[in-house]
Amino acid sequence: MNQYLLQLADNALILGHRLGEWCGHAPEMELDIALTNIALDLTGQARSLYQRVAELEGIGKDEDDYAYLRDVREFRNALLLEQPNGDFAHTILRQFVFDAYNYYLYQALAQSKDEWLAGFAAKSLKEITYHLRFSSEWILRLGDGTEVSHAKLQAAIEDLWTYSGELTIPNEVEKDLAQQGIIPDLNLLKPAIEGKMSEIFAGANLSMPAGIFMQTGGKDGRHSEYLGFILAEMQFLQRAYPGQEW
Amino acid sequence: MTSLNFEAIFQSKIDDEVKIEPKDWMPDAYRKTLIRQISQHAHSEIVGMLPEGNWITRAPSLRRKLILLAKVQDEAGHGLYLYSAAETLGADRDDLVQQLLTGKAKYSSIFNYPTLNWADIGAIGWLVDGAAIMNQVMLTRTSYGPYARAMVRICKEESFHQRQGYELMMAMAFGSSEQKAMAQDALNRWWWPALMMFGPHDAESTHSDQAIKWKIKRKSNDELRQSFVDVTVPQAEYLGLTLPDPDLHWNEERGHYDFGKIDWDEFWKVVKGNGPCNRQRIQARIKAYEDGAWVREAAMAHAEKKEQRKLQPEAAVKAA
Repeated sequence: MNQYLLQLADNALILGHRLGEWCGHAPEMELDIALTNIALDLTGQARSLYQRVAELEGIGKDEDDYAYLRDVREFRNALLLEQPNGDFAHTILRQFVFDAYNYYLYQALAQSKDEWLAGFAAKSLKEITYHLRFSSEWILRLGDGTEVSHAKLQAAIEDLWTYSGELTIPNEVEKDLAQQGIIPDLNLLKPAIEGKMSEIFAGANLSMPAGIFMQTGGKDGRHSEYLGFILAEMQFLQRAYPGQEW
Repeated sequence: MTSLNFEAIFQSKIDDEVKIEPKDWMPDAYRKTLIRQISQHAHSEIVGMLPEGNWITRAPSLRRKLILLAKVQDEAGHGLYLYSAAETLGADRDDLVQQLLTGKAKYSSIFNYPTLNWADIGAIGWLVDGAAIMNQVMLTRTSYGPYARAMVRICKEESFHQRQGYELMMAMAFGSSEQKAMAQDALNRWWWPALMMFGPHDAESTHSDQAIKWKIKRKSNDELRQSFVDVTVPQAEYLGLTLPDPDLHWNEERGHYDFGKIDWDEFWKVVKGNGPCNRQRIQARIKAYEDGAWVREAAMAHAEKKEQRKLQPEAAVKAA
């Protein structure tokens, strides 16, 4: 269970961190506010999840120990979320692919027989519903907008699609919990997620890529080279000045 | 009615504490002064996101990261709100932004200093927001209605930021010796620039007299600066930190703190573009603006197409 909660937490933390990199540099002020809003939601979700893991482990760790004192191989986020921001098209596509998955996942988790998880998911679903609406609208704008924006979104799809599959390919942890009925079977969620994506893509004059090789491993701690740099930056103070209160 | 009459009515409203509203007659110079001041304030909020944003990815705990994200987000909100207030005077947000990017418009010089350690985030909240509040509390009573109302809301959020900044400073000042050293270092670097935020001495301030007559400002630069020093000295004492001014001491007779001479050469150096980060700040804004152009164009094109499709549903079906 803890491993799974860490997967959820790390997804939220790492994507929130990436979105935080935009703060002050977005294409317009309204987007600075919106992207920061999502970063706030995700970081807040990560915090609740780490607190829950700390509680379940019961060995005196706190939320920051998980975020700031684990190394690359212990992180459980999917590869998609650690990919660099790139241009705004890359950021929005990464967000949309994640939001579509996350929305249906959290909808199902809200029905989990694990009471804590169900409550947490129901609470977070409000935020995630807004995230999906925001990223869907921007996929439509960029896909339908100008030739330039369409081409940039297409380029983002080419760069990032290979990381989209991992979200819905269950690893051992997910298979096990699905069997126990604690989390949904990802294979059963897939049609709804893909349906949402193709609906939005159609509106944006994009076609769903097919036959793309899907990279996996992030959920089991096999990451891209990017994560090390994210952690180097994020964990700097905790590593340079260990054991202090901030 | 002659313009002289208009002007007399305008001034009598001001004298009677009646707020001036967007559609009221106002002297051109009043309008221009307000547009300049409000847009400078908006630019300061937007540029001010950069030095603090510099530490978002390095915030040392999840709690601090959330606080910092929320603070920088508030600043974007204040910027938007203030540009809107300027637009009630007939200015255009895009023109104002262009003035910032081309260096024609100024923003608060304090944001041309770098954030070098984590305590800088505390020092900015405590001192920079603290100094801003002195000014902004006064502006909640400014004569132009939309500006005064914007300030009421902004002040509430700024006071919150200031308390959070001070709380961060407390964690550092009461923390390890390394943290305390960071706190002292931050205070040493931010103290004098914070005092400069109030602008030149009253005798040298070009815009002050008229602004006070029009009740845009209600207190002089030196009065505000003195209030700030008086409030802040005991706060520094509580933290056990030393303000970097050997001439600072309580003056029983005046009932105020006396403080040392401000280095106005440095002030003007930074105003004229030669602060440590002027170039980087403007370049960062230009880069965001230029890199974002295609995004804004796409949003506009999509909105137009959507509108078209609504007007001509058959044509859209045929085209599809």
